[in-house]
Amino acid sequence: MPETDHQDRRRWMGVLAKAAPEEVAAAWSGLPAIPAYDFLRRPETGLVMVRGRIGGDGAAFNAGEMTVTRCSVRLAGGTIGHAWIAGRRADQAERAAVLDALMQDPARRPAIGRAIDWLAELQEARRDRGAHEAAATRVDFFTMVRGAG
Amino acid sequence: MYVAVKGGETAIDNAHRLMAEARRGDPAVPELTVEQIANQLGLAVDRVMTEGSVYDRELAALAIKQAQGDLIEAVFLLRAYRTTLPRFGGSEPIDTGDMAIRRRISAAFKDLPGGQVLGPTYDYTHRLLDFALAAGGDPPPAALAERPVDAHMPRVADVLSQEGLIERDRPGEDEGPPCDLTRQPLEFPAGRDLRLQALARGDEGFLLSLAYSSQRGYGNTHPFAGEIRMGEVAIEFLPEELGFPIEIGTITVTECQMINQFKGTKDIPPQFTRGYGLAFGHAERKAMAMALVDRSLRAGELGEDVANPVQDEEFVLAHADNVEASGFVQHLKLPHYVDFQSELELIRRLRAAAIRREAAE
Repeated sequence: MPETDHQDRRRWMGVLAKAAPEEVAAAWSGLPAIPAYDFLRRPETGLVMVRGRIGGDGAAFNAGEMTVTRCSVRLAGGTIGHAWIAGRRADQAERAAVLDALMQDPARRPAIGRAIDWLAELQEARRDRGAHEAAATRVDFFTMVRGAG
Repeated sequence: MYVAVKGGETAIDNAHRLMAEARRGDPAVPELTVEQIANQLGLAVDRVMTEGSVYDRELAALAIKQAQGDLIEAVFLLRAYRTTLPRFGGSEPIDTGDMAIRRRISAAFKDLPGGQVLGPTYDYTHRLLDFALAAGGDPPPAALAERPVDAHMPRVADVLSQEGLIERDRPGEDEGPPCDLTRQPLEFPAGRDLRLQALARGDEGFLLSLAYSSQRGYGNTHPFAGEIRMGEVAIEFLPEELGFPIEIGTITVTECQMINQFKGTKDIPPQFTRGYGLAFGHAERKAMAMALVDRSLRAGELGEDVANPVQDEEFVLAHADNVEASGFVQHLKLPHYVDFQSELELIRRLRAAAIRREAAE
């Protein structure tokens, strides 16, 4: 797969992973009929070790683990879709893997892409709201000069 | 040592039933849901995720419910659960510079780029019990500013380092995977990566007291809270079948950069050095204590005297884990009858010998 496709795929896989399970379910229910698929790997929950950097910018260290659910599917035409998603929601991982496979089909991409864009907008709105809430707590401290004695 | 005992199954079953009834409390009072705990006891959930060393809000909330709010027991439950799950691999290192900031303050620099953002905090409250909260009711909605906070806020170290006044950490050239104490025993001397992992999952109370001891004179750290930031970071992971990294979700973390005076050595000019703290969720006290202890543990590396408990790597790291500590202290409750019997015999023999000596004199 060429590099530009990697970038596109990185985006949609990231959007699917960062969506709330109910949002993915809602997007899924609004899609045209989903073709048949097989599991290459049924949804499986495990751990990914989250790494930080010493001092924020130095060498890596292991900060602690997080739960992650992965799933791989194959469409009838042979296209393979994968999902790696924080948390333990098997339904979300399965749907995300199917959507990843469908997004690789140029004929289906416009319809599925609209659902991905809708999920991305929800995430952007959440992030934007958080950024405005935080900004309302921005403070200017005045340094008081201590008087003599 | 304790020895295996048999029997007592019915009593043990009944004790657990009694405990379940006590945990439920008055049946006339509605039962807590895991969602309520995850949402309304969020800071307890953050502590259990941090010390349990597994980021999963629902699991941590369930552990808190099951442990009746005993957070160290909840940490133990989460640690036990993690052993049932396979390890898929390690993430790409998180970029806290790219954090979606919810809180970001510096006690050292008043006018840092991006500003001081208080975020959700108990700082500056009067710590008066709020009886209105006891009555219940929805709070007013949070205020919204016209303009959002900056999308990218430089770390304080980036601001000071332009003059070379603060030490920098650099990623290694040929970086292998960091040491992992869930896969290898803790050995001394430990690298800073292993120390930070142990501190990250270490008991907040223990690290807090050690950090406090360093401030009171048992170790000289002379610290400033250079920066504390809290918010969401994306987690990237590289699945083998893809060959390129993808985002697999976001997590909330708290990061603390302590900056400490350093007089320099013959090789290093005087500058500020740094201690680092990182915790899951909103866990500021933990991140600050961790950063102070991290810096104290660097005493040897920086040519300072290692003379106090907080600077003693083996003392700190071997005792920071509350699951291990709790297990070893609480195993004293298990039957030690054979052990005690032999000690009893020994004391009786010694006493008899002492009485015979006295009679002979």
